[in-house]
Amino acid sequence: MRAFDYSRADSAERAIASHRDGAQASYLAGGTTLLDLVKLDVMQPSRVVDINRLGLDRIETLDDGRVRIGALVTNTALASDERIKRDYAVLSEALMSGATTQLRNKATTAGNVMQRVRCPYFRDGVSACNKREPGSGCAAIGGFNRSVHAVLGTSEHCIAMHPSDMCVAMAAIGATVNVEGPNGSRDIDFLDFHLLPGDDPAREHALEADELITHVTLDAPIGGSRSGYLKLRDRASYQFALASSAVIVAVEGGTIRDARIALGGVGTKPWRAREAEQSLIGQPAGERSFQRAAELALQGAVPYRQNAYKIPLGKQAVVRNLTTLTA
Amino acid sequence: MSDNIIGAAPKRIDGRLKVSGAAPYAADHLPEGTAFGYGVFSTIASGEITRLSLDEARRSPGVIDIFHHDNFPDLHRSPASFAEGNMVEETRLPFEDNRIYYAGQFVALVVADTFENARAAAYKVKVEYSESEAIANLDQGVAAHGTEAGSSEHSRGDPASAFDGAAQRIDVTYTTPVETHNPMEMHASVAQWHDGQLIIYESSQGVVMQKGALSKIFGLTPDRIRVESPFIGSGFGSKLWMWPHAVAASAASREIARPVQLVVPRAQMFTTTGHRPETRQRLRLATDGNGRLVSLRHDSINTTSFTDRYVETCGSVTKSLYHCDNLSISHATTRVNRGTPTSMRAPGAAPGLFALESAIDEMALKAGVDPLAFRLNNYAERDESLDLDFSSNHIVEATRRAAERFGWQDRNPEPGSMRDGNEIVGYGMAACNWEALKFGCEARVSLRADGSAYVTCATQDIGTGTYTIVAQAVSDVTGLPLERITVRLGDTSYPEGPLSGGSWATATTLPAVAEATRNAIDQLKSYAVSSRGRFSGVDAGELGFENAQLVHNGERIDYVDILSAQRLASADGRAKTSGADNEYSYRSFGAHFVEVRWDPGISRLRVSRVVSAIDVGQVINEMTARNQVEGAIVMGLGMAHFEATEYDHRDGRPVNNDYAEYVVPVHADQPELDVILLDYPDYQFNEFGARGIGEIGTTGLAAAVANAVYHATGKRVRDLPIHKEKLMDDIPEARSA
Repeated sequence: MRAFDYSRADSAERAIASHRDGAQASYLAGGTTLLDLVKLDVMQPSRVVDINRLGLDRIETLDDGRVRIGALVTNTALASDERIKRDYAVLSEALMSGATTQLRNKATTAGNVMQRVRCPYFRDGVSACNKREPGSGCAAIGGFNRSVHAVLGTSEHCIAMHPSDMCVAMAAIGATVNVEGPNGSRDIDFLDFHLLPGDDPAREHALEADELITHVTLDAPIGGSRSGYLKLRDRASYQFALASSAVIVAVEGGTIRDARIALGGVGTKPWRAREAEQSLIGQPAGERSFQRAAELALQGAVPYRQNAYKIPLGKQAVVRNLTTLTA
Repeated sequence: MSDNIIGAAPKRIDGRLKVSGAAPYAADHLPEGTAFGYGVFSTIASGEITRLSLDEARRSPGVIDIFHHDNFPDLHRSPASFAEGNMVEETRLPFEDNRIYYAGQFVALVVADTFENARAAAYKVKVEYSESEAIANLDQGVAAHGTEAGSSEHSRGDPASAFDGAAQRIDVTYTTPVETHNPMEMHASVAQWHDGQLIIYESSQGVVMQKGALSKIFGLTPDRIRVESPFIGSGFGSKLWMWPHAVAASAASREIARPVQLVVPRAQMFTTTGHRPETRQRLRLATDGNGRLVSLRHDSINTTSFTDRYVETCGSVTKSLYHCDNLSISHATTRVNRGTPTSMRAPGAAPGLFALESAIDEMALKAGVDPLAFRLNNYAERDESLDLDFSSNHIVEATRRAAERFGWQDRNPEPGSMRDGNEIVGYGMAACNWEALKFGCEARVSLRADGSAYVTCATQDIGTGTYTIVAQAVSDVTGLPLERITVRLGDTSYPEGPLSGGSWATATTLPAVAEATRNAIDQLKSYAVSSRGRFSGVDAGELGFENAQLVHNGERIDYVDILSAQRLASADGRAKTSGADNEYSYRSFGAHFVEVRWDPGISRLRVSRVVSAIDVGQVINEMTARNQVEGAIVMGLGMAHFEATEYDHRDGRPVNNDYAEYVVPVHADQPELDVILLDYPDYQFNEFGARGIGEIGTTGLAAAVANAVYHATGKRVRDLPIHKEKLMDDIPEARSA
């Protein structure tokens, strides 16, 4: 950790202004990503703007049925909120499957959206990594890439997977990221928020300079649906997904009326599988439809040296989740 | 005397200190004026430092000094002798020269006024290297320069001919990856010098050994060095011997004339404080037509460093567990660019029994015999490698009892035949085995006029319960309740005690403590019969001692009254006991039975149930003993299907050296555990009949899991860990690297 300027903001406007003043500024919420990487010397902010006093810690139901989550609502608070557990079980389950109690108590909603990748070559501070040092290459390709690397959305410049569970659930639910910035506020569709690495892995999200996430607003729940999050990993807790699925499905008389599927652990961003969803609608809820959806969800996947197993594993996450929810 | 404190289950006497945060661990000792060190660590695995740029770091706030190969004081190497009491595993001193032998090697040490300032400055040190091609793993080592043969070999009969002529044969190779100990408490030293004397707080499993090594390295007589380690957040072997950070902290402290605290960061706990090396083990077994072993060969290779040779004695158990007239074991090493390996819980036996007990399973299947029956039919009745009887061996009973408790008879031998909903259930078993060792030990016991007993011994309690069992031993001899017994360990100013390792601390320490207690009672008696004593004129030999009282012809006087009558502070006893004799082969035995559940629909493997029966002689403390075995089983479970320290095959750098990506079992992974402690005292070994319990539970466990996995899936995994992809079908070929 290197010395940095620290300030605590009492309004979004002041936070944004302070952030603008710093050459290498970072917002600080729960700190579970930022402080970790600062201690490892991977992130070297010259200024840290503490936003914990902005009062963005409420969960509200809007008139149109959507649910607006304050940026600073902790993972624990969100997962245990009665509305979330009732109407968005997939989100509550995803949150509870992530990290540890201690981390969930600190980690925030916006911070989770903003969390950085777990690629060891990014985190070691010295390996070739186009995210950390654009143009240096990608040591993960051809290296150790078993657990925290993707098979979907990769490029020759970066294969790091997006590590969040929460974001996978949000991608399935559908959501809007509400941001404020020097030029006022705007909304970003959740699915457009995280960017594929492409040829510029250092650019990870759609935020413009100094913009601050104030809320994440969930789409209204799908009536008559069931939802769940299935996370597959080596050990039973405290590990990032090797593959996971967030599924929302509504069945009427044995026929699938609506479905949402997103994948975690396999994508460079929270991976919404629209073709898989489309393939299910109007089909009978059963093994064959689920297998077909799983194939579509993983189509285009590129297996790397050690993570090819994630392709069948991702399919299994989809099939089992659908099977359980429609049983 | 109390009959029942030995074998009872008293809680740890230091438990309250630990759970209340009052127990001081090494890094908690911060003498006035302490400065803080932080290392700069090599980012290449092989090569040389060509340039160190220190200017920016020196200007960083709070920096006191920066040490490196050009300015580090000249020190001496330790001879690294276990017998001399100065063993270290990595003999090269930190900053000896500019050469790099492994990634994560110390290349500089920044000392500053705070930890944060030291770390910030360390990140500003710029190191330029001339990088050489690294030898990144065992295969590369063998390909590049072959192996060095010869260590702990044993052979009898003619295994090659017996193999060739046998009815059934297997020839299989197993591998185990590097494992890293990862004790919760990180390695830490706090060193300070007073008038030419070095006092160092260290998280150490062996304060006496560290004192011996430091005395050689700094060229000081041992009386000028004191090593203290009152509490240890476990070590699993990584803290048996001192590592470079302790030398660096001690030297830096002397140079800047201030105490220096140096904590090894978690990432470098994987590089510069030892690890269990990678192994490749070839097993050749053969049976006759009756399923009896007629030939057994176990040849292993392990990785070692370029600076030192460490041998993982994988065949150590193989030579005596089964009856076999034609047998050989061999151990070879190959050098790689990693730090020096070291003992990790059940060294040799843990990887060795993974291979042997997997091979026994394979051999039994080949011979068409149930694996349980095969073992019962082949267990050795005496130690054929030493040509000695076992002092006490109840492996047959252990195996039968565990089998019965587990329900082995319900096992359908057909792989994949036992289903439960989405899951396929597999049953597997393996024997476990560990040598019982005992060394010389000294201890001192005072019976004090305030009614307490005070015990000192320079062994350690690494979290296993040594404080408590030492108090139990004193209670056993004196009848004093535990709350009146104060135990002090982990300080070289106490009488010399053993390393806390190898499962020998209990068998080594307790006899010395008991004898010292009896000697204190003898001194008390001599006071009592002296002219001013309460039993003046009585022959000391006629005095008994029961429940803290001297007894003579029905008269009972509390020892406190004996002492206070003469205004004496205490009656004291010292003892010095010796190591084990060579009359018998002393070993502990047992068997694990494991149930796994494989859900092929989501490729999930979990160990759901373990029943283990362990024969370790007399159990001293039922609670801490059970805790040791349960912990060892969980550690074995980690070995079986989670743990592997990964190194990039291109440059030898570790890539999962943190607590998130190096996967150890968490609470949610713990299966239902049922540990049967056989509790047959082994009085041939020592007066308490205890053989020690730390390692044995880890041995054999990975094989039992692998055997159960075979039973569930029909897949024989010979390469640990048993990751799910090794059990999955239809994995596409990697299209890219």
